[in-house]
Amino acid sequence: MSPYVPILVLAAIAAAFAVFSIGAGALAGPKRYNRAKLDAYECGIEPTPQAAGGGRFPIKYYLVAMLFIVFDIESVFLIPFAVAFDRLGLFALIEMVLFIATVFVAYAYVWRRGGLEWD
Amino acid sequence: MTPLLSVPVAADFVAPTVDYVAVLPMLIVFGAAIVAVLVEAFAPRASRFSIQVGVALVGLIAALGAVGKLIVDGTRVETAGIPAADGTLAASIVIDGPAIFLQGTILALSILAVLTMTERSTDGGAFTPQASAVPGSPGEGAARRVGLVQSEVFPLMLFSVGGMLMFPASNDLLTMFVALEVFSLPLYLLCGLARRRRLLSQEASLKYFLLGAFSSAFFLYGAALLYGFAESVRLADIAAAITGTGRPAVVGQDGLLLLGIALLAVGLLFKVGAAPFHIWTPDVYQGAPTPVTGFMAACTKVAAFGAMLRVVYVALPGARWDFMPALWGVAILTMVVGSVIAIVQTDVKRMLAYSSIAHAGFLMTGVLAIDKIGISGVLFYLFVYGFTTIGAFALVSLVRDAGEDGVGGEATHLSQWAGLGKRHPMAAGAFTLFLLAMAGIPLTSGFMGKYAVFSAAVSNGAWVLALIGVLASAVAAFFYVRVIVLMYFSEPSGSASVVATPGVGTLFAILLSVVVTIVLGIAPTVLFGPAEAASLFLP
Repeated sequence: MSPYVPILVLAAIAAAFAVFSIGAGALAGPKRYNRAKLDAYECGIEPTPQAAGGGRFPIKYYLVAMLFIVFDIESVFLIPFAVAFDRLGLFALIEMVLFIATVFVAYAYVWRRGGLEWD
Repeated sequence: MTPLLSVPVAADFVAPTVDYVAVLPMLIVFGAAIVAVLVEAFAPRASRFSIQVGVALVGLIAALGAVGKLIVDGTRVETAGIPAADGTLAASIVIDGPAIFLQGTILALSILAVLTMTERSTDGGAFTPQASAVPGSPGEGAARRVGLVQSEVFPLMLFSVGGMLMFPASNDLLTMFVALEVFSLPLYLLCGLARRRRLLSQEASLKYFLLGAFSSAFFLYGAALLYGFAESVRLADIAAAITGTGRPAVVGQDGLLLLGIALLAVGLLFKVGAAPFHIWTPDVYQGAPTPVTGFMAACTKVAAFGAMLRVVYVALPGARWDFMPALWGVAILTMVVGSVIAIVQTDVKRMLAYSSIAHAGFLMTGVLAIDKIGISGVLFYLFVYGFTTIGAFALVSLVRDAGEDGVGGEATHLSQWAGLGKRHPMAAGAFTLFLLAMAGIPLTSGFMGKYAVFSAAVSNGAWVLALIGVLASAVAAFFYVRVIVLMYFSEPSGSASVVATPGVGTLFAILLSVVVTIVLGIAPTVLFGPAEAASLFLP
């Protein structure tokens, strides 16, 4: 089992580090709470309290975030293609056009169904 | 001086060879799904539903035709993807006998599932008018009055079918994982779209999503460990690495192999609903809209067992003595848990869910035969079980509360099925036939399916599994027969239920299921021949 000893040691160090960090923070850190600290971290909207009478939960923030990810991934594939497109030939060009077309289908759906209107 | 960073000059790019005829069924289904999204975006609201039904049916039937062409051309072996010269991502799809058989089965079943989903003659259909409306809110009522309909059901279903076609045809673990996600994610959404009892439906959707994501992570981690073991995600390379004939001679890495197999198995066993990974099944089957439950119960099982067969028979035959005992345990536990817990169920959808768990156990005995006749037995079983399940759930969707203004929601409590045989002999008769088939009574297709897998197990020395399977079937027969007795020999006590008049789609689905169940019970060789001819996996 010798190949596993380094992995086990690594796991033990990782666990010890996590336990130590949280423990030390809980013991030594000052506890001064304010409203901002209890908010959702960095992104999103307040999930509670819900709108009175069971109103709809606004999801426009998440729609924009999802669209961003779609185009983010698209560029992840586009950049390697752009770097080497002269060597890849017609096949890769057709593949890329098909790929972009399918991404735009999703975009057209979001646009037509009002996902891009903020209010 | 050597440069710190040297850009390697790329070798000449070789375009992958793709056999478009072999992958045509998948291309058609995915193409239809994309068209369906465009319909959702641009078609006028009033005609959207009917256009979607047309697109889905045309796409699925054309794909079935493409599978038919593959069958007529003979069971050719075709791989699509980058030529296999260079390792990891080579030949990611393989279209061999089992793949063609399973794709044909999935497409035939999903056509019936689409037909049950088109049912709108009773109570406006099974799906919510507006999924985003809060249950019980004024907005929901308004959407219902205007007659909105969530026609996204059909593109979601098509994407799911596409993934299911890809899952058992995947030739490497990464493609398999992508297929797993492509068919699972739409299913999570579909589960939450029920028209009645929406909170239950949304709960089912959330549970399925969380547990499904969890199990996908297990699958992915298992794939990563197997990659660490074999330095390839291709199933054939993993098989070669296990037997020691692989490119890198792997020595002393059995830990990676065993852990990888175990984690991969968790992901697959979750999808087929085998104990102890079955906990989601009853809740999800009960909460999901009934046509979706039928689709999920039939097609997911076919796709997931297809992938499990491929992994066990192509990638892992060399390691079978290591993982067989564990899978034996899972199979026995699944059969016992499914059959025994089903006895105490009082909801017909939950009872069918536990029955499907028991069937997963019976199917596993065929998988564990590790033999060609085991494969053909499982293929046959999946086909007949799929039709029986779709038919049974289509009937469940018809039995309704007798509301003051016509028909109400589905009457799924078993007590409401009492006396159904006297009031609605046709519906009760068809449901009786499906229950007998699930119980494995002779002259129904279910008997031949069970016979096929159990005899394969016996002839390969797994008679213990077959014995437990027969005993579990006997226990299971009790709760199937109990429902039949309830329908024919007892009087309704509380609120009576009525059978809604089915629309054309549901009626066709039920009738075809009845025909398949009877014909394959009397003349099983019609399907045994093709199943046997198809039962050869190619790496």
